[in-house]
Amino acid sequence: MNPKEYKYTVEHEWICPESKNKGKVGLADYAQSQLGDIVFLDLPAPGTQVKQGKKMGEVESVKAVSDIFAPVSGQVLELNQTVIDEPGLVNKDPYGAGWLVRLELSKPSELDALMDSEKYDKFVAELSEEEPE
Amino acid sequence: MSHHYLLPDISQPGKIGCSLPALDVPTTELPPGELLRQELELPEVSEVELIRYFTALSKLNYGVDTGFYPLGSCTMKYNPKWHEDIARLAGCASIHPLQPEESVQGALQLMFELQEYLAEITGMDLASLVPMAGAHGEFTGLLLAKAYHQDRGDKARKRILLTDSSHGTNPASVAMCGFEIGVVASDSEGNVDMKNLESVMNEQVAALTLTMPTTLGLFDPRILEISQLVHEKGGLLGADGANLNAFLGQVKFGELGYDYVQLNLHKTFSTPHGGGGPGSGPVCVKENLADFLPSPLVTKHNGTCKFLSPAKSIGRIANFHGNFGVMCKAYAYIRSLGAAGLKEVSENAVLNANYLKEKLKPYYHLPYDRTCMHEVVFSGRRQKAKGVHTVDIAKRLLDYGLHPPTVYFPLIVDEALMIEPTETESKQTLDSFIEAMKEIARDVEENPGILHTAPHNTPVKRLDDVRAARNPDLRWEMRSQGVG
Amino acid sequence: MPSPYVPNTDADRSTMLREIGVGSIEELFQDIPEKVRHAQFKLPRPLSELELKRELSQLASRNASLDKYACFLGAGSYRHFIPSTVEHVIGRSEFYTAYTPYQAEVSQGTLQAMYEYQSVVCQLTGMEVSNAGMYDGSTAAAEAAIMACIVKKRGKVTVSTTVNPTYRDVIRTYIQARNFSIETAELNGSISSDSACLVVQQPNFFGHLEEIEACVQKAHDIGALLIAIVDPISLAMFTPPGRYGADIAVADGQALGNPMSFGGPGLGIFACRREYLRQMPGRIVGRTVDVDGKPGYVMTLVTREQYIRRERATSNICTNEALMALAATVYLAALGRRGLRHVAELCYHKAHYAAERIAKLKGYSLVFSKPFFKEFAIRCPVAPSRISQALFKDGIIGGLDISHIIDNGMLLCVTEMNTRQEIDKLVEILGAC
Repeated sequence: MNPKEYKYTVEHEWICPESKNKGKVGLADYAQSQLGDIVFLDLPAPGTQVKQGKKMGEVESVKAVSDIFAPVSGQVLELNQTVIDEPGLVNKDPYGAGWLVRLELSKPSELDALMDSEKYDKFVAELSEEEPE
Repeated sequence: MSHHYLLPDISQPGKIGCSLPALDVPTTELPPGELLRQELELPEVSEVELIRYFTALSKLNYGVDTGFYPLGSCTMKYNPKWHEDIARLAGCASIHPLQPEESVQGALQLMFELQEYLAEITGMDLASLVPMAGAHGEFTGLLLAKAYHQDRGDKARKRILLTDSSHGTNPASVAMCGFEIGVVASDSEGNVDMKNLESVMNEQVAALTLTMPTTLGLFDPRILEISQLVHEKGGLLGADGANLNAFLGQVKFGELGYDYVQLNLHKTFSTPHGGGGPGSGPVCVKENLADFLPSPLVTKHNGTCKFLSPAKSIGRIANFHGNFGVMCKAYAYIRSLGAAGLKEVSENAVLNANYLKEKLKPYYHLPYDRTCMHEVVFSGRRQKAKGVHTVDIAKRLLDYGLHPPTVYFPLIVDEALMIEPTETESKQTLDSFIEAMKEIARDVEENPGILHTAPHNTPVKRLDDVRAARNPDLRWEMRSQGVG
Repeated sequence: MPSPYVPNTDADRSTMLREIGVGSIEELFQDIPEKVRHAQFKLPRPLSELELKRELSQLASRNASLDKYACFLGAGSYRHFIPSTVEHVIGRSEFYTAYTPYQAEVSQGTLQAMYEYQSVVCQLTGMEVSNAGMYDGSTAAAEAAIMACIVKKRGKVTVSTTVNPTYRDVIRTYIQARNFSIETAELNGSISSDSACLVVQQPNFFGHLEEIEACVQKAHDIGALLIAIVDPISLAMFTPPGRYGADIAVADGQALGNPMSFGGPGLGIFACRREYLRQMPGRIVGRTVDVDGKPGYVMTLVTREQYIRRERATSNICTNEALMALAATVYLAALGRRGLRHVAELCYHKAHYAAERIAKLKGYSLVFSKPFFKEFAIRCPVAPSRISQALFKDGIIGGLDISHIIDNGMLLCVTEMNTRQEIDKLVEILGAC
């Protein structure tokens, strides 16, 4: 379910590494299903510097608002204008058309700190078992 | 139904909805054209159409006068009808806030007495009537705590402690006062986790805000220990007094160790909710905070009432001195009840809530199976396991002509359903609510589809709030007509 | 005697106690420590409805109410005509006994009325979006200043010296609460380049029109927002804030169909540019459709608000002045563009008639020469307090004593409620002082 080539954060962001130290970033399926129908995205403009683990934007659904954290450090090269106009794409296709920003990585070794898809699958499975009260 | 149009749809140039007198003085030259407005586009309707329109709208609404309205934390009690008569008295409605004080002694006397009654009811020393809503009162309480510590020269107090079950206005108020937020956990009984409190309560904490009873509808039996702990570390204890209906006329916040508490006159003191307001959120304080109260306070000396600004007041938080129109009603309510009447309110409120708790607990999960106070919190998790959520239960209740309880609050309960019947409901009404909830529980097993598609019998069905948020349509527009 | 508001009988209570499994109501309070459970309350004995009305009437009669007194006092609270339709509509208990429209399907009356309110506020102010109202004009102004700091990410606000002093005080309380800073400035002077906003009042506290375009320019030149505090009735005659480039417009809507009520409840009108929609505090109602495609209304963009965003909300506001907003909507619909313009003109001409006659009195002068609407400041030959006493003896509430700002100054207000006879009497008594 969660693409094997992607890397994942504990805050449910993914990064799909591309050549030349670039990468596309988005929200994982678990995040979009927890949030519900997404209505608005506040994303950093091209040129913005982001730091691994620090807030870089916000995602709003009808009933919740959540911070989006940068999976790695770097600079924003472009943001996905289509998803800004159609936030529902994050729900429909979180790993494809629902991508959020493309980064230029300043420290590619930071990718090693992230979870691979197997680890992330387990992480999500454990979360779903927890009993909320 | 005739509500499917808006004012612009029935507007026609040349209509008007009231009559106005002609000018009775000579005209003066108007200012230069560039200062004047060229177009004014407002709807034009006759009085007949106006009244029909708003009458039709009103029929789409459900109020306490329509039926049971068990919103937890809101205390939707019945509003005695004499409230409206009193508020409309010329001596209440037609007085200007800045009139010479000698000319409004009746109003000032009412405010002075209300200050005293609220202080007496809460077991505090003074009350300020200025805050215009509960959230406004919360904001005020935190400003008082801030001023108190600053006055003591204590600059380290930068944090406010809140419980994990607190109402959203609590953290928002904290942020408005420039404080950090610390969270105190609840234990499995729904009380404050004392070990956790001990670990987070220190000399950097200005105050702990503790709603009592809590938003879970539970009275924390260790309140006296809690207040002692907070005070030992030099902090203040503040209450969100929204739930006062639970022990009105029986317990005083002051005797529980609280330093300040904000009240909601539109909840506990029966003033009408108005579709979302007006309210009034007076703050009652102990002597140690009196000097910091917002300006103005009403004082009385030698039989004459006057406005006064407390010596070290936090300043003004309103243009005038609070929602007097709401105060009149709360004042009359207290005068109609007396001490015994107040006690009767809380006794019946708590009885009604516990009755609902016992009758519903076979059907819905009760996370805290203990005596509740004026409200009870259920969880819809049994139903969630069958694919029916609390929102579906709420929408199905609408088909029975009942307003649902509060849903999805407090946040620490999964699929929360918070039910507050109040004392103004009869056992007969409660029984019909119980019957409806039983049928719904049965439908969860036998016919869940009907819950997912509910409501069916209301003026509109479930509304697309995703569309409303993605493409906000927040107003109509009327374009160019010249000014008359 | 049993209470009319506690329907349960003793028999009901017995049955319920049995079902709960306790012997008495007392047992339900066992979580409360014994020593605090039986507090004593010193309160007057209860009154029946009959006695209550008598008591309240007596209290009310000790006030010099404006059904018996003429009024020339304004300064933030105004005596305007309220058509009977307004009270009739807000007196419908489906409106006034409802709560916040959390369950939209049974609250379409309130929600659609709020959508109308937001619309007429935008039409009147010329702004793009409005919320469903806040507490009063002063707190709306304070929340606007905070919003500007959040939008501009700056921690300072500038307030004109000609803004209502109590509004300035309220803005100060709110701004300093957040540990931001506030400066006051003359409009013909300079403002700090790191300010988030310039707050002006139009017409100003003294009733006169500022050179508002210059103010807008001054704010925008430093990248700050222009916040305009406006008089809603004046907007029927004068250029509205949306036209002169205000970023946020606030007002007190008490003047629109709500009684003065000794200062409250009022109504905080709040409107702004659409680009700032997500930082706007307060409830907002939006139009949508239901599952059958029927039009309907819901509270929307709720993630801005305290119950979702909690400590990151722009404001903590929950309860507002919804019924007053409904009254304002009915008022504006009843008057319409023609009626509101007529009311504004009545205020304008009557105020100017009064000002002209007073200016001719020996010892009196108008303080300012700029254009004004319905309020103006005069300099008196003697202390305004003495004049007010003389006026009161003759059934008139005089203007506001502003002698702490202007020597022997009085701020007078004339509205469509003042007859020619009242104005002539005012002038006569002033002349005799």
